[in-house]
Amino acid sequence: MIRKLLGLLFFLAAVFILLPLFIEVTGRKDLYYVMTSVALLSIASAGVWLTFYIGRINIGQGAYALMGGYVSAILVMSYSWSFWLTLPIAGLFCAGVSILIGMPILRLRGVYFAMVTLVLTEVARLLALALPITNGAKGITSIPLPGSISIFGVTLVPDFVQVENPRIAFYYVAVVLMVVCYAGMYRLVNSRMGHLCMSLQQNEELASSIGVNIAWLRVVAYSISSFCGGVSGAVFVAATQSIYPSSFTVTDSVNFMLNCFLGGLGYVFGPMLGTLVLYLGWNLLFSTGQFQLLIYSAVMIILMLVLPNGLLSLGSWRRKG
Amino acid sequence: MEQVIANGLYLGAQYALVALGLTLIFGLMNVLNFAHGQMYVLGGFITYVVYGQLGLPFVVAVLASGVTLAVVGGLMERYLFRTVIKRSHREESTMLLAAATAFFFDAVILLVFGEKQRGVPKIVKGVFNDFGVILPYDRIVVGLVAAVLILGFIAFMKFTKPGRAMRALAQDRTAAQLMGVEVDRYTMIGFALGAMLAGVTGGLLVSITGVNSGIGGPISIKAFMMIMIGGAGVVSGAIAGGFILGMMESVGLTVLREYGDVTYLVIFAALMIFLSIRPNGLMGKPWG
Repeated sequence: MIRKLLGLLFFLAAVFILLPLFIEVTGRKDLYYVMTSVALLSIASAGVWLTFYIGRINIGQGAYALMGGYVSAILVMSYSWSFWLTLPIAGLFCAGVSILIGMPILRLRGVYFAMVTLVLTEVARLLALALPITNGAKGITSIPLPGSISIFGVTLVPDFVQVENPRIAFYYVAVVLMVVCYAGMYRLVNSRMGHLCMSLQQNEELASSIGVNIAWLRVVAYSISSFCGGVSGAVFVAATQSIYPSSFTVTDSVNFMLNCFLGGLGYVFGPMLGTLVLYLGWNLLFSTGQFQLLIYSAVMIILMLVLPNGLLSLGSWRRKG
Repeated sequence: MEQVIANGLYLGAQYALVALGLTLIFGLMNVLNFAHGQMYVLGGFITYVVYGQLGLPFVVAVLASGVTLAVVGGLMERYLFRTVIKRSHREESTMLLAAATAFFFDAVILLVFGEKQRGVPKIVKGVFNDFGVILPYDRIVVGLVAAVLILGFIAFMKFTKPGRAMRALAQDRTAAQLMGVEVDRYTMIGFALGAMLAGVTGGLLVSITGVNSGIGGPISIKAFMMIMIGGAGVVSGAIAGGFILGMMESVGLTVLREYGDVTYLVIFAALMIFLSIRPNGLMGKPWG
């Protein structure tokens, strides 16, 4: 218990104090953007991980990230809502859509579910191209930065336009959301519902026969997953101030899934580690130019051969030995 | 109308060939081979080099594509997939491996062959123009070759010893093993055969559509759709799925032309509705 608390404290200190300090000392301001992306992508990956937890392979998170991004962008641009208000709405919109889509497709299992969700990503991209409200291939650009939040005259979040470096502000937003998301995920997995989800992963018929409402449970898990995707997409759009139909594609959906695999499917914090390693690895390899993809994929294959149960399985391995 | 059907049949034959390899690998080892499109591209480039640049006969080039890919596929199964399946707690881990090999192939193809669109001289000149149908002869030839290959593949699976062994494996791995089927050996042969089909298709089609290093991913997605329509892991399903997708594309492009580029949107939406009614495709085994 104490070890867990210490670990948590260390993690919080690392993301809120040590990392910004490190960036200040080294003067690599661009790292803020990289770490913001990692935090946001790991939120979406956490969603994918939850669908893995109920025994479904989800390659459709890109669709919800795109959807959340567009909902937020359209509300901000066309109806001039506050970004902070659109953030939960984007998440809820995705959750709502995922309930409608999930009810039929969650009956599928194995590769069938995987492939339908893969197709869903394509559908979202094609819809974004075809619908009039999304402005087609040109996308929505120059989205204003988020404004301030104040309650009873006390400013909780300053206006991003007046902040000296909005990237730092976005970093904190993303990290706070990530911490909240993973805390929620951890709580969920260790709750009664989490154990029920685990039973779905192992054997749905058996779970159903002892009275678990599997249809309800998997729709709820899927909608939570999509909520994460929508929120992450919305913040991403605000941070880049633009969205195109190609902002989240099949590649991103596959990457979300790979993050979960790499971190380890049996560990709540697996997707966070996986995202960090994959995203940073990809960016570090940028200097190798044309060999970037070759080295990246070769390392991934080797990792898979050596640690097929994810990076976090190293820990349990050591404990066993 | 005749034109639409002819196009559909031609597209269907080549699609079915791609789907066959994918469904074979899936049926044997429950691996969704993300790298299938990349294997197709690799086959295309090998034919491009052998036929287009070295000037050897087209048949030799296609054979070279098939053999190379069979070797690559066999090695992949032996040294990558088998190891991971053995060591991993969850079967799905092979998906990461498959995606990683897809990236790897993409990178290799890009480095070796560059990003340019490549084509080869036509294998047969002239255009068939009769019964209200206009089809270049080379498309007819390729379509027929594809049909022959499909029939040959079915015959191979039905009447030969390896084919029987593979069908047994696909139905029940443990039972097949108990009956004395050499599981490891036939899994490897199956993977090699699936890869070979992808390579041969790529080689055949380079003479018509050409090939470039970026088309691997989209082809994989199309192949996934076909085996979803037909039912994953079933040979007849893959063929049906290939022809159905070919027809839908051909008809959709004609009928929906005035609404802009929505054919694929409609196909995708139809597929999702279809699958929610029939989760295992037309002929798939339950829960793939």
